[in-house]
Amino acid sequence: MAVSSEELGNTGTLKYPSRIRLPYTWHAGKAGSRFYQEIKDHCKIWGTKCPRCGWVYVPPRETCPRCFLDIDEWVEVGDAGTLLTYTITRYSVPGIQPHEPPYALGIIKLDGAGSGLVHLLGEIEPEDIRVGMRVQAVFREVREGNYLDIKYFKPLRS
Amino acid sequence: MKNRVGIVGVGQTHHKSKNTDCKGQELISIAVKRALESADLTMADIDAIVIGNMDHFESINYVDMWSVDGSGGYMKPIMKVTTGGTTGSAVGHAGFYHVASGLFDTVLAIGWEQNSESDTTAAISTCFDPITEREFCGGAIGPLAAQYTAYMSKYGATEEDAALVSVRDHNNAALYNPYAHLRQTITVEEVMKSPYISYPMKFLDICPRSDGACAVIFAGEDKAKKTVERPAWILGVGDCHILVHLADGIGLANLPSLERAAREAYEMAGITDPFRQFDVAELYVPASTAGVTWMEALGLCEEGGGPRLIRSGVTNMVGELPINPSGGVLATNPIGATGLLRIGEAALQVMGKAEEKQVEGARVAVATGFGGCFWSDVTVLSSSTQLD
Ligand SMILES: [Zn+2]
Repeated sequence: MAVSSEELGNTGTLKYPSRIRLPYTWHAGKAGSRFYQEIKDHCKIWGTKCPRCGWVYVPPRETCPRCFLDIDEWVEVGDAGTLLTYTITRYSVPGIQPHEPPYALGIIKLDGAGSGLVHLLGEIEPEDIRVGMRVQAVFREVREGNYLDIKYFKPLRS
Repeated sequence: MKNRVGIVGVGQTHHKSKNTDCKGQELISIAVKRALESADLTMADIDAIVIGNMDHFESINYVDMWSVDGSGGYMKPIMKVTTGGTTGSAVGHAGFYHVASGLFDTVLAIGWEQNSESDTTAAISTCFDPITEREFCGGAIGPLAAQYTAYMSKYGATEEDAALVSVRDHNNAALYNPYAHLRQTITVEEVMKSPYISYPMKFLDICPRSDGACAVIFAGEDKAKKTVERPAWILGVGDCHILVHLADGIGLANLPSLERAAREAYEMAGITDPFRQFDVAELYVPASTAGVTWMEALGLCEEGGGPRLIRSGVTNMVGELPINPSGGVLATNPIGATGLLRIGEAALQVMGKAEEKQVEGARVAVATGFGGCFWSDVTVLSSSTQLD
């Protein structure tokens, strides 16, 4: 950890700018792996369905947190859904955002899913976005098995 | 609960954007000394300590150990509690549990944050699931913004309604709270003209990040009565965590975790008509929009009634139920201390020690905490050991 003194505080106290770099490798788990594999190989979105309450989780979970029961049943949900809400991000936090702002983020309830999915909205001007509108997933040409294999959701024209 | 618990001392720092005068332990020490002084106690009276801040904000791993110089915890039991935005309120509740259990008589609860030492938004993003939502949630602003979009669409609330909350809280801080971080009066026009950060949220709708600390002393009934003339008795607490996935059941327009936590705290305290029974409220309102949307979860209005409540002015200092006389989170936000400040400020109100921000004759108060994936803490306090 390189430490160099710089800049005086307002009563003459020193500051020590520094940085902690910690690499991580996160495990996607059984349910997460299958979810990403299906998107990567077939452009299909799958969820899991709780045997008791019937809630369909997308992204899938191995356990229903509501019932605390293991889930075995997999169900394919649509790649289209309804926009529950959205925001237009204009602040910039380098290094942690999917794109340079501004960009639109929505919570999308895919057809057949119980929970919503947070994702980008594309092919639409911010002022044209409406709660309740129908949207559809646009998949990347080259997919790597991660959340951004879905490029964004675009308005579904009927 | 085994033992009745009262708050006997409250201390806080003068909160700032950057407290460059001192390091974290020194900041903590200021709040602790002020809390002890306010109750005329010494560290020898303290049986145990609960301390909390946000993980990754200062990147101090064992804060319970590291903070001993400032907390006074040398040779005492110390417990670290960290639950995101609710850290401060959870620290307060843990202090309460310690005393209520009968195992400890006098417990010091400390919340603190030296926010300016890190990149708050990047640090807070680590609370989201790394393989799904993390990249998209980017801190606390996006989810709150999306919630207000949904609320406006469902109930017809406006951006001006949120601006009214922002003006109320900023102006209370400016006029009544010498400890507050932001102390400038603002107008609805200024809020509406401030730039969008994350639609529909604008710059003046959002809390700052602050450097600061708060300490609150909890005591068992006998000790509390011996220590101060009028303790702030804890009549009820409720804590409710919810799911980790933001898009799954957090309540798109409403806040189910707050509704549940309030119900539990009200039941314990005997609150049946919150709007009439509370004299004052110190609410964790991290964005002005939440000051509109979450009022119904606390039972202060009917579903979708937030805009009506705010427009009527009853929550202003001169209204029937003043909310956030201290200016709340929109004016001061040392995150690990923020929830404990709500409990401390509510305690000062019912103890009659809130000074410039005192709501006259306040006897019953409610304090809340909010954090992470939309979870909530609620505390009911009173100058009496039970409600009439
Ligand atoms: Zn279930």
